[in-house]
Amino acid sequence: MAVPDKRMTETDVVAELRSGMTIGIGGWGSRRKPMSIVRAILRSDLTDLTVVAYGGPDVGLLCAAGKVRKVVSGFVSLDSIPLEPHYRAARQAGSIEVNELDEGMLMLSLMAAAWRVPFLPTRAGLGSDVLITQPHLRTVISPYPGPDGSAPEELVAVPAAELDVALIHMNRADQGGNATFLGPDPYMDDWMAMAAPRTFLSAERVVPTEDLSSEGSFHTQRISRLSITGVVEAPGGAHFTECPPDYGRDESFQREYAKAAADPEAWKVFAKQWLELESESDYQAAIASRREQQGAAR
Amino acid sequence: MSTSESTESAVAAANHPTRAEVCCIAIAETFRGDGERLANPIGVIPMIGGRLARETFEPHLVMTDGFAGFTSSTLPPGTDPYVVGDDGRLTMADGVVMETWNPYPQMFSVLWNGRRHVMMGATQVDQFGNQNIACIGPWDAPRAQLLGFRGAPGNTINHTTSYWVPNHNPKVFVEKVDVVCGVGYDRAAALGPVASRFHEIRRVVSNLGVFDFDTPDHRMRLRSVHPGVTVEEVVAATGFELAVPADVPTSRLPTDHELQLIRDVIDPEGLRATEVKD
Repeated sequence: MAVPDKRMTETDVVAELRSGMTIGIGGWGSRRKPMSIVRAILRSDLTDLTVVAYGGPDVGLLCAAGKVRKVVSGFVSLDSIPLEPHYRAARQAGSIEVNELDEGMLMLSLMAAAWRVPFLPTRAGLGSDVLITQPHLRTVISPYPGPDGSAPEELVAVPAAELDVALIHMNRADQGGNATFLGPDPYMDDWMAMAAPRTFLSAERVVPTEDLSSEGSFHTQRISRLSITGVVEAPGGAHFTECPPDYGRDESFQREYAKAAADPEAWKVFAKQWLELESESDYQAAIASRREQQGAAR
Repeated sequence: MSTSESTESAVAAANHPTRAEVCCIAIAETFRGDGERLANPIGVIPMIGGRLARETFEPHLVMTDGFAGFTSSTLPPGTDPYVVGDDGRLTMADGVVMETWNPYPQMFSVLWNGRRHVMMGATQVDQFGNQNIACIGPWDAPRAQLLGFRGAPGNTINHTTSYWVPNHNPKVFVEKVDVVCGVGYDRAAALGPVASRFHEIRRVVSNLGVFDFDTPDHRMRLRSVHPGVTVEEVVAATGFELAVPADVPTSRLPTDHELQLIRDVIDPEGLRATEVKD
């Protein structure tokens, strides 16, 4: 019995998106981001998006392109470069709306959405300015007595994320959307996939289902096709974020990105060279030739 | 390096520990008594200090590899604990032992479960130990966007937290932080005893001294000054009124053994000097 064939291209994914949508993006900082789909969004007319993410250059690039109305995040960082320059600029200009949550609160918002409950309670956030800067966040009184017969506890009620779609990138997938992460950490991608009514998955390689367990233990088979609407085969699709063991972060490219982001003129040049390309295959070809030149320079 | 050489270098240097090395000791001391807990220092000198504590007086501490695992190995700061093996699979680097796989989703369970003592950085910290790493200036359009809340709210309300400040000055030690990320004692008190029952800001360690909150209303107190630093210097570099005891001790010096561990085992590359210069 074959799993259904859900294969499509980045362009097909973008055709399923609409301006004004709320989009969850998997990965963590500058790690295993579905960048090929993000690049396809950059080539589109989509705008007014709300992005929900443990943000990295995905959030930065979408902000720089003026496609974002609002960012809901646990942080936005490039990891080896702590502050994402485009997100930082957008924040300081006051040009985007933000919900900046405690990292664990964002996880709970995805879990609540995945489980179809309106909120999940937590102690995280109590006493902090998360609740003051973002007054839509409410607390809830426990219906049970507190410890040792004290008054019932008040907890933060983290609201369920309201995603229209989610985008995640994995190492291997089959054509139906079963997928494995072969790196150190699944991040919240499994929750992200279940939190959205439709999730599009890109993967370094699409393989027969029976090969999914050949490169890692079966514990890495974390994503079920139950949650997946479309599958994009995208070798190098996470570039320039890391996607181990297939490849590490392209640190020299990321440094170039961050440097260009600091200067509008330099950014125009960078965008023309790397972003204003016809297709993902043009991007991958340009990256391959950059690598060859770097190799020759060494 | 031969054993005799390393012993000599440690003994020769013992009389002249650097400020960075004094900070490593002060940080190690913050984990004293933690037993079998996740000691989770963030930053170069905090990581050295935490690993030093485990190598010496707190051998049962659990520590991360900086990514998705707990490791029993004593890793120099900046070590990449994983490699891609010949079979293309991700595996532990030579000499790195994983105790437990602890990816991010699991880490939140660990911290909400409470068996953790984190040492975070602070862009601003105030007299009650409120910490800011989110932004400076108005929330809607900050003058300087920083890291965001990251894990600070959840950490401080769920388990012990300490802070590390490598550049003690009045812009960091402020009267009032712009955004409360990590919850301080005044905010915790306002929540009441039940909600704040897991809250503890144990120490703040800076390049000038060590601070705690062992005062009747949990205001920050100068616990010790590092060798070569005066109380007046610390007071001048602090933007609020610090509780200063009549007799302020000097932060303890490393033993010969501790110095040798720092210099030859835990931080042979000398990265500590990049965070705090002499």
